[in-house]
Amino acid sequence: MQELVRKALSGDTRSIARIITLVENESPYTEEIMKTLYPHSGKAHIVGITGSPGSGKSTLTDKLIHEFKEKGNKVGVIAIDPSSPFSGGAILADRIRMQKHAVDRNVYIRSMGSRGSLGGLSKSTYEAALILDACGKDIIFIETVGVGQSEVDIMKIADTVCLVLVPGMGDDIQIMKAGIMEIADIFIVNKADREGVERVVAEVKMALDLVQKRSWIPPVHSTIAEKGNGITELAASISNHHEFLSISTEGLEKRRNRLVTEVEEILQREIARFTEEKWNQKKTPELIDSLYSRNTDPYTVAGRILEEVLLEN
Amino acid sequence: MFDKTQLEEIEKLKHSYEKALEKSLPKGPERKSEFKTVSGIPVKRIYTPEDLTDMDYCHEIGFPGEYPYTRGVQPTMYRGRLWTMRMYAGFSTAEESNKRYRYLLSQGGSGLSVAFDLPTQIGYDSDHPMAQGECGKVGVAIDSLADMEILFDQIPLDKVSTSMTINAPASVLLAMYICVGEKQGVSSDKLAGTIQNDILKEYIARGTYIFPPKPSMRLITDIFEFCSKNVPKWNTISISGYHIREAGSTAAQEIAFTLADAIAYVEAAIKAGLDPDVFGKRLSFFFNAHNSFLEEVAKFRAARRMWAIIMKNRFGVSDPKALTLRFHTQTAGCTLTAQQPENNIIRVALQALSSVLGGTQSLHTNSMDEALALPTEKSVGIALKTQQIIGYESGVTDTVDPLAGSYAIESLTNEIQMKAEEYISKIDEMGGMLTAIEKGYVQKQIQDAAYEYQKAVESSEITVVGVNKFQMKEEERDFQLLRVDEKVGHNQIEKLKKLRSGRDNLAVREALEDIRQASRDTSVNMMPHIINAVRCYATEGEICGVLREEFGEYTENIVL
Amino acid sequence: MTHEKIRVIVAKPGLDGHDRGAKVIARALRDAGMEVIYTGLRQTPEQIVDTAIQEDADAIGISILSGAHHFYFSRIIELLKEHEALDIIVFGGGVIPDDDVPALLAMGAGAIFGPGTTTTTCVDWLKSKVHEKRTLEMA
Repeated sequence: MQELVRKALSGDTRSIARIITLVENESPYTEEIMKTLYPHSGKAHIVGITGSPGSGKSTLTDKLIHEFKEKGNKVGVIAIDPSSPFSGGAILADRIRMQKHAVDRNVYIRSMGSRGSLGGLSKSTYEAALILDACGKDIIFIETVGVGQSEVDIMKIADTVCLVLVPGMGDDIQIMKAGIMEIADIFIVNKADREGVERVVAEVKMALDLVQKRSWIPPVHSTIAEKGNGITELAASISNHHEFLSISTEGLEKRRNRLVTEVEEILQREIARFTEEKWNQKKTPELIDSLYSRNTDPYTVAGRILEEVLLEN
Repeated sequence: MFDKTQLEEIEKLKHSYEKALEKSLPKGPERKSEFKTVSGIPVKRIYTPEDLTDMDYCHEIGFPGEYPYTRGVQPTMYRGRLWTMRMYAGFSTAEESNKRYRYLLSQGGSGLSVAFDLPTQIGYDSDHPMAQGECGKVGVAIDSLADMEILFDQIPLDKVSTSMTINAPASVLLAMYICVGEKQGVSSDKLAGTIQNDILKEYIARGTYIFPPKPSMRLITDIFEFCSKNVPKWNTISISGYHIREAGSTAAQEIAFTLADAIAYVEAAIKAGLDPDVFGKRLSFFFNAHNSFLEEVAKFRAARRMWAIIMKNRFGVSDPKALTLRFHTQTAGCTLTAQQPENNIIRVALQALSSVLGGTQSLHTNSMDEALALPTEKSVGIALKTQQIIGYESGVTDTVDPLAGSYAIESLTNEIQMKAEEYISKIDEMGGMLTAIEKGYVQKQIQDAAYEYQKAVESSEITVVGVNKFQMKEEERDFQLLRVDEKVGHNQIEKLKKLRSGRDNLAVREALEDIRQASRDTSVNMMPHIINAVRCYATEGEICGVLREEFGEYTENIVL
Repeated sequence: MTHEKIRVIVAKPGLDGHDRGAKVIARALRDAGMEVIYTGLRQTPEQIVDTAIQEDADAIGISILSGAHHFYFSRIIELLKEHEALDIIVFGGGVIPDDDVPALLAMGAGAIFGPGTTTTTCVDWLKSKVHEKRTLEMA
């Protein structure tokens, strides 16, 4: 295992790919891998790209890859597509629009199925980003599932969140209502050759005036990703935000908060593992029967399980 | 179509017929609990005048050569002239294909249909890295006018009509054809034929696109305009349902999406200032002849009626020639089986018959070995003879639209029309075909149908003789497959080298720069500029290369 | 190891645009619980192999109807060898004459599924092949 991790750290693509799989599959090696890699991480700029389906996230990502690669960066991409709730399988097709970078040694693209996770990411997205970070990528783009309204998880793991909107899709207002305005650091109005761009830009600016003032004022970019229009400016904003994070207190807060969240999430996951195990042992039809007949209640049952777990550990 | 007393009597008789069945069915049940066409339309046990009570003969069926053209586009149909027996062919080099064309013409084929290899269809020269391994494989490799001159060597362009399956770079190949005509001394107004030129179905189903929709639509309307003035006998587009069906759609989807594509082209041309009464006459269509015989006949009739109504009501067209849907048919490649390939001859014959009974203007019959490889000369010969037997021996051509008035056929015609109209209104609601494609709606509908079909075959709900029923244990194949020489690519590359060193390269550079400038100004028609470049032997890849730089390239929209 | 998802690349190499088969098989593999990385049309062998490596795929499935199968299979397998990634299973389908199949198998293709193959046949084959491969890797 150490050999695999060592090769990954030296930038070997196959090894990087393999350890992401191990972590994604929650293999017993996960902890060892993450512990070894952790000291090497913390250097990359993690950028989230979120927005509704059809807003052009993949095409934008494709152009951004190009832009950052040209500046000498090593680029990582994680693209998440939904897994089927029925079969657990998934069709991961985001990379179609990025395939011209497939053979580029300085670009690594990884597709992930959401595997039951809500919130626009998959359970292991953060770990995958950390792995890429530790293995030398300078900037990592995370393209979320893109279901629109519930995609707040990206805020927890990305340094910079870009929200993509499109004129005339009708969902923009929904997004603004849903509180996603607050999570975005950069707004992108893509497909700006369509009618109604000015309106969307004005609406976003207006809405931004209403939300709490921050020291970072999110810029609003118009782009036509398909033609590459507005991408250079967008890339500059992304770099500016990175710069801002590294010198401002807000940025420091953000990174420190993320560490707190990280520990909390590991704790939750570990505790969940124990309780789940115990619950699976106890989950007899008889117990459900007595719940059903109201001889006992879920609170008492849960309390008892928790007690046992605590006693055993 | 029937008076009230008649209908009452029919209803009474039907009632007693069903009563009697109730008794006999338990003893002798039907083969299936439900009968369906291959597209999933339920088929009734019996159709009667009751199914057509609302039918208005004069306005909905009418007479051949008259609105709404349900019974055919010409007054006498095949009593006047049979359909054009047009066999799609082309492989390897221009020399090889030229030989095959002359063979087909000598065997009584009445028109040519050129298959191009994939690099040609996607605007790459044979020496482009993407062309590696593909030259001459699914069609003939054409890089420049020099190849085109060989392709039509000793074939008089004023005597044959030529159909070319070319879409994204259609203007370049049409330009080459015009230039070959010039060299033969045939002026462009005498040229007859068709270019497929249907980019929308490439995005939907066939995949040989190059440019994004907007500039692609411009290239198409430029051709419409240019040809109406200079190549008046040319069919400027062949709006194709064939590939939509091959990709797995149902019959109703096939005509719905094809007509919706057609609507988008007409709208684009009107927007470009063209008159639908003029360019409408040069629109042609291309459909698939699939397995469900009755459904297919009904489909062709429904498509013809729907198009006349669309052109008249939506676009205010009045010229009868612009109201008629003239179409080419090809039997369904996707129904051919690799198992017991000889069975394909019979499949093809039945499919071909459905298209004749549906009133096709031209027909390609597939060869029995096409699920395995490109067809050999022998198998192509059998396929062509199949058409001749239908045309000259079967007698179905002696009366016009012989299945009209069949309760089943008229009912199915109505039903398919209704289903297709539903799809078209849905697409209208979305804002038209371009938006529907962008959203992946059309692609998704087709893929869903394809997946359903596959599952139906795997569960034996649909029978495929020789595949999921009546299989043979050991199959012996006693016929040869056609193989394309791997050297074709090399030879083409050598030819290109020679061409590039022998031509006036200054003139080529200027012509290409001229195309670049023209591409930037949408008020300019691209055609004359492309013809000019072709004439000085600029290659197809060079011309498309400039356009790629100017227009960008399309990336497919996957919705699975 | 059964909880490990099977990851498979489905690609259309070359210029051929007939993707009905590729899409049907992609859906069937998805419905069998696999993660399918669908790369779409016009893929070069280099793109396909690099994608398989970045995605840590167990297998590559390619669909070819243009007659260029010999070229694409040999190139893809050659590239896998260069990357020391021959453990990645390569299989395919499309219009491939029976007579050509032995040569493709000898090259290292795992299986060729001709016209008329059921999706179940293909899914079952892939499952057992991946299982075999993983057992081997464990040992």
